[in-house]
Amino acid sequence: MRLRLVKQNTNFDFFSRWKLWLGISGIMMVVALASFAMQGLNYGIDFRGGTTIRTESPRPVVISEYRDAIATLELGDITITEVFDPQFGPEQNVAMIRIQAQDDQEAVTSELIEAVEGALQAARPDIKFISVESVGPKVSGELINTAVMAVALAIGAVLIYIWLRFEWQFAAGAVLALIHDVVLTIGVFSEVQIRFDLAIIAALLTIVGYSLNDTVVVFDRVRENLRKYKKRPLKEVLNMSINETLSRTFMTSFTTLLALIALFVLGGDVIRGFVFAMIWGVIVGTYSSIFVASSVLLYFGVKRDWSKPDANAGNQYANVDA
Amino acid sequence: MLQISVWKRLAIWLTCAVGLLLAMPNAFYGPVESHNDAVKAIELSGNTPELDAQRALWPDFLPNGLVNLGLDLRGGAHLLAEVRVDDVYAARLEAMWPEVRDGLRALTPVRRQNAPDGELKVRLNDPEKMTQALAIVRGLGQPVQTLTGAGANDIEVSANDGVITVVLSDAEKSATDERTMQQSLEIIRRRIDEVGTREPTIQRQGSDRILIQVPGIGSAAELKEIIGTTAQLTFNPVVSTTSDGSANPGVGNKAVPSLDQPGLFYVIESAPVVTGEELVDAQPSFDQNGAPAVSFRFNTSGARKFGDYTAEHIGSPFAIVLDDEVVSAPTIQSAIPGGSGIITGNFSIEESTRLSVLLRAGALPAKLDFLEERTIGPELGQDSIDAGKVATMVAFGAVLFFMWAAYGLFGIFANIALIINVGLMFGLLSLIGATLTLPGIAGIVLTVGMAVDANVLIFERIREELETSKGPARAIALGYEKALSAILDANITTFITAVILFAIGSGPVRGFAITLGLGILTSVFTAIYVTRLMVVIWYERRRPKTIEL
Repeated sequence: MRLRLVKQNTNFDFFSRWKLWLGISGIMMVVALASFAMQGLNYGIDFRGGTTIRTESPRPVVISEYRDAIATLELGDITITEVFDPQFGPEQNVAMIRIQAQDDQEAVTSELIEAVEGALQAARPDIKFISVESVGPKVSGELINTAVMAVALAIGAVLIYIWLRFEWQFAAGAVLALIHDVVLTIGVFSEVQIRFDLAIIAALLTIVGYSLNDTVVVFDRVRENLRKYKKRPLKEVLNMSINETLSRTFMTSFTTLLALIALFVLGGDVIRGFVFAMIWGVIVGTYSSIFVASSVLLYFGVKRDWSKPDANAGNQYANVDA
Repeated sequence: MLQISVWKRLAIWLTCAVGLLLAMPNAFYGPVESHNDAVKAIELSGNTPELDAQRALWPDFLPNGLVNLGLDLRGGAHLLAEVRVDDVYAARLEAMWPEVRDGLRALTPVRRQNAPDGELKVRLNDPEKMTQALAIVRGLGQPVQTLTGAGANDIEVSANDGVITVVLSDAEKSATDERTMQQSLEIIRRRIDEVGTREPTIQRQGSDRILIQVPGIGSAAELKEIIGTTAQLTFNPVVSTTSDGSANPGVGNKAVPSLDQPGLFYVIESAPVVTGEELVDAQPSFDQNGAPAVSFRFNTSGARKFGDYTAEHIGSPFAIVLDDEVVSAPTIQSAIPGGSGIITGNFSIEESTRLSVLLRAGALPAKLDFLEERTIGPELGQDSIDAGKVATMVAFGAVLFFMWAAYGLFGIFANIALIINVGLMFGLLSLIGATLTLPGIAGIVLTVGMAVDANVLIFERIREELETSKGPARAIALGYEKALSAILDANITTFITAVILFAIGSGPVRGFAITLGLGILTSVFTAIYVTRLMVVIWYERRRPKTIEL
């Protein structure tokens, strides 16, 4: 007996309430954007400049003690958080100290870091500085720009690719689904206030890639079925296509999630935020390729007459035989 | 339908074999690394029994390419520096002044005027001779070699009310910037090499930035000490001493603080007699009182200038200026013809050693501003490697088990392909000498999860085709054929995002993009060639009437 995540032949009706699904997705996006507008993201130093120091000490972290030690230096906004990880031994008490970018400085100074390290060492002689990272405000501004540009470029490139390979309605559906995923991911990051740094941008782009992967597989089947069943209403064809690919959708999402969860639990705290973003993205991406991308396709409708040679003849697959 | 030509089969197996062979050294990271180090050391400084033993840890005939570990895995320091290219303009103009003065001497005496940065202003005593003077000064200009501005001159000369103004032309400025960057890169490389750390990355980024990554160094602060000092050494005539650094030193002079006597300033002539550029050697040594000092030697032209100057100015003081601070200002006792001398100051032994390293490697043409610095401790890197290993193993095991449970024998084929896939990825990473970072490990784990996608697509398709029951051979063939467009479209789109990440991203993001992109290539290859080949071979041997999937 084989393990099946989904029965062999499903016949769920995904589109009886497609307007409702679109509505729910729309509301979730609004909530995510509102959260982003109201509390914003917890930007890491990559994006707003400043210094983070990772400390390790054999004794438990006392945040107030650390704070008092640094307070005398008057460095403005300082956040200190203790880091937990199941793999840390009892001797490993890790804290992250973040110091805001100093107003009057364009570049990073060693003096500042030395002063902070000295103050902490005085308060706690056994402390070790595991990593120290500083980003000047000049670079962090540029990093934000490139990050936004990267996401926009990726979405744009994908829009063009799908447009060329399918029809513009497909491209619209896929891109709306992507925007949906990105917005919801940003919403979660603003709601939970997980640190948002450069690596998270990489995660966002991977989500874009993954969600797209899912959407394209469904669309590929839709295209095939549209040619096969020329008379059936679009809604039925879409429903059939999603049902046919459902087993694959779940299998792939499941194996990817398996791998990601292993990484989330065991991969250490440094990349946990990154992995969290990807796990969330896989879940949202799977949802959106079914409910957002296809619903948008249904909303726009599709040109059904595939028999006529159309202007973009290069669209359709030639008989590729590998 | 299920035929694959012998050539194709050979090509597929050969690709796998080569990939795995290239990946193999990574499984023996420690020995291979010592072997590679030993080979390099032998090349550089000859053979010793220890090096030979080290070299024997890994046979020479096997591939020895390794995936480089990024700073976040190995520990080390990372700096992003911006070169103040504008600094060089002032020095260029400063060097113009004696030329202009000497050039006009025969015509009319001139006086230097105060001028804003980036300009040289000269007043003619006899404004009537302006036309000739302009011609002479313009004649001092040199053509600039550029790709676009053919025939451009390096200076622009204008005149107004008896004053000649010299500025650098734009063509010269951009040519100077280019030279400054090349020089800075070269000097930084030399300095880091002098300290002797392994595999530093020194890269130019954009028009005026340099990225420096040095694995294994204790902290970024340490690295900054090596490369942060410009180490511009000049020997200037001393005009006077003063305790007021803000007082007007007079045209052509400047006030420079003393290095070890706070509150003391030397007024020196801005134009140096000799500069550090003419040094050929510098070594740490001791002065006659046994205090640490740096001994130096000039090249021939430097030695002549220095000898001539000291011969002419016996009894007057001159200043040894390092990065706009006077290290010492001895009085010239006698002419120094040999072109060598020592610099004394309040040095510790470490300082004199470092200074001699800096002087030997040469001065940076301009100051550096540090925009980004990161220090990652080796412990953190090791922790990350360990955690990454465990996570990858667990993820791998879970996916292998799951695929077997879902697809039985075909799942095992997919699993073998998955193992080959990860091997191929490491092979490619080693081949291109890519750097593995922590997000890169995440990319590998993600690939493990997603690599099965192509196989899942195919297997699901075969299942569907089996239902319309055309016999197993036909179903398998159709499954592969029909799943192909979905596989290609899905992977091309993901590949596009990987390419964009690589093009725009920096540092860790780039590492992630590389593993993600390579993972897509290898997973498509293994899914549509390797598993297919395994399925076909199996089918040829067994000829099953029905297949269970």
